[in-house]
Amino acid sequence: MIEIRNLTRLYNGIAVVDDVSLTVKTGELVVLVGTSGSGKTTLLRMINRLIEPSSGQVLIEGADTATLPAHLLRRRIGYAIQGHGLFPHWTVAQNIATVPRLLGWPRPQIDARVDELLALFQLDPAQFRNRMPHRLSGGQAQRVGVARALAAKPDLLLMDEPFGALDPLIRAKAQADLRDIQRRLGTTLILVTHDMTEAVDLGDRIAVMDGGQLVQYAPPARILTDPATPFVRDLIGTGDRALRLLSLTPVSDVAAPGRAEGPPIPAEASLRDALAECLWSGRDALPVAGGGVITLDTLRALARPR
Amino acid sequence: MPRIQPPAVLFALTGLAGLALPLVQLRPNRIVPGEGIALAGLPGGAAITIVMAVVLLAACLPRWTADLRLGVAIAGLLAVLLLLGMAATHLQQSGNALARVSPAVGFWLLLLAFGLMAADAVGRLRLSLTWRWAMLAGAVGIAAAILVSGILDGVSVMREYASRSDLFAREARAHLTLALGSLGLALLAGIPLGIAVYQSPRWRGPVLSVLNIVQTVPSLALFGIMIPVLGWVAATVPGAGAAGVSGIGAFPALTALFLYALLPVVSNTLAGLTGVPVAIRDAAVGLGMTRAQVLGQVLMPLALPVLLAAVRIVMVQNIGLAVIAGLIGGGGFGTFVFQGLNQTAMDLVLLGALPTVALALVAGIALDLLVQGTRRPAP
Repeated sequence: MIEIRNLTRLYNGIAVVDDVSLTVKTGELVVLVGTSGSGKTTLLRMINRLIEPSSGQVLIEGADTATLPAHLLRRRIGYAIQGHGLFPHWTVAQNIATVPRLLGWPRPQIDARVDELLALFQLDPAQFRNRMPHRLSGGQAQRVGVARALAAKPDLLLMDEPFGALDPLIRAKAQADLRDIQRRLGTTLILVTHDMTEAVDLGDRIAVMDGGQLVQYAPPARILTDPATPFVRDLIGTGDRALRLLSLTPVSDVAAPGRAEGPPIPAEASLRDALAECLWSGRDALPVAGGGVITLDTLRALARPR
Repeated sequence: MPRIQPPAVLFALTGLAGLALPLVQLRPNRIVPGEGIALAGLPGGAAITIVMAVVLLAACLPRWTADLRLGVAIAGLLAVLLLLGMAATHLQQSGNALARVSPAVGFWLLLLAFGLMAADAVGRLRLSLTWRWAMLAGAVGIAAAILVSGILDGVSVMREYASRSDLFAREARAHLTLALGSLGLALLAGIPLGIAVYQSPRWRGPVLSVLNIVQTVPSLALFGIMIPVLGWVAATVPGAGAAGVSGIGAFPALTALFLYALLPVVSNTLAGLTGVPVAIRDAAVGLGMTRAQVLGQVLMPLALPVLLAAVRIVMVQNIGLAVIAGLIGGGGFGTFVFQGLNQTAMDLVLLGALPTVALALVAGIALDLLVQGTRRPAP
């Protein structure tokens, strides 16, 4: 569990982060979202003390991070940034091995870990181990950057706009892969983005920052249906919030007993997919693969604030 | 009508001018002026002049490939050197033991023409790094072989050498010690200073300004300033004189060269470090490297090509500037240059100048190749 207590950072007497407190449970994925200058990146960088707080505390599993030398603290916390920041003079394997090497792991263990991570990120170890970063595509470099952050099995991973440099098609895949890997490893993840769609798609909870202050900290559905301030409402936009809300719930959660005509929809598809399918095929109800039915009336009821 | 190559035309014109002007100068002794003799004026020279002129003009044709040009240029360079040696031997057979045969403007122009042709061809060939190293080694080896072979022994510069071979070896060592020693000292002091101003930006302005001012002091003036300043230090500070400090000699020369070398080393260290992308430095710190690890494992390796560029600048600059050390008794090839100027013996001046030029040329090319070897593609 990560507890952020009354964290403040002043620059020339002006608070860039102003008395922010929030708690992240173990295994949770929290997204810090806000416009540029909202203090979200400063907040993130105070967690691994790339920026020292002016006041306040960060506790990891109850231990104050200020008590540890900063570089030792950072070796326990994964860190991945926009544009990946790979070391251009090191191979992919050397890049991934950075933190284990700093921690003095034995060589065979490092090699095994590198291959394990490459495989986890769908990069063939034989092919990529000795490749230099400049010979990677944007998507591959991003995955190596995340693999490097995860190399020493940190309990906490910090990511600053990790998908910022990717084109939309690769970005969607990279987001899904990250979500999948984070669930599988049970890593607590705090991610910074300015993109509300990314926040809604990825976050278990979303922390909205504005002018250095935390204005709302809640699960995505709550943010969409009950924005705390006009700023949060502007950030989510009103154009497609009904569709975003539907995209949060899988069909299997709300399937009712019954029968319907036509080809079934997969149980893990989102309600948004179900609505699209209804409209496209002109049906009022869809059978759900594995039993049950989802109706247009159900979808209509769920697409409104509760 | 095939298009002709503009650079080749330039080389041809230079070469043709060289053929028309005196190849060598024959003088009754080493000081008085003499008469110029063109290649055509030597026995068999007319035929060689025509062959060379035809080859130089033919090289303007676009059909010639780069390797053919390179072959012709190397053959031309060797031929010009051999002709010089043969002319010297031939002209001195006629009695007068004091007579001197020295290279004249025609020789230098021909050397320039074929040298440029060779450099141009090497550039066009886009050779691999290994090949270029091999070519540099080959060129040095052939030049050494020609000097050792005795072909050029009749030429005036070599006769000056013959009467001073012990001294030459000593001054060569002194010259290299001055140039390399000042470079080494500048690296020892300049790299830490560059790192320091990188880490505390407040000091960047003042430090670079001071070094810039030092750089703008004319070299002769700087050597001049050293004499009273260091002379005073040697006379008044206890133990300074015993430690080697003196107003004239090698110490002020080394100090002046060191001061000149400091700006390129400091500013390139700084430029190399600031050139490392912020994301890379952030990642290094964020992953838990200590300050020393960030510097040693990430920043310095990435700054190395820029730093090596500074080493190249300083090396070539100091090999040239070290000549001035001869003026204040610091030793080196400058000793010959200034002795020669005093005696109006141009052959002695050349004995100091030619090795300096050759040394600077070889060092410059070698370090260029080294820089290219360390440069990596941008991230």
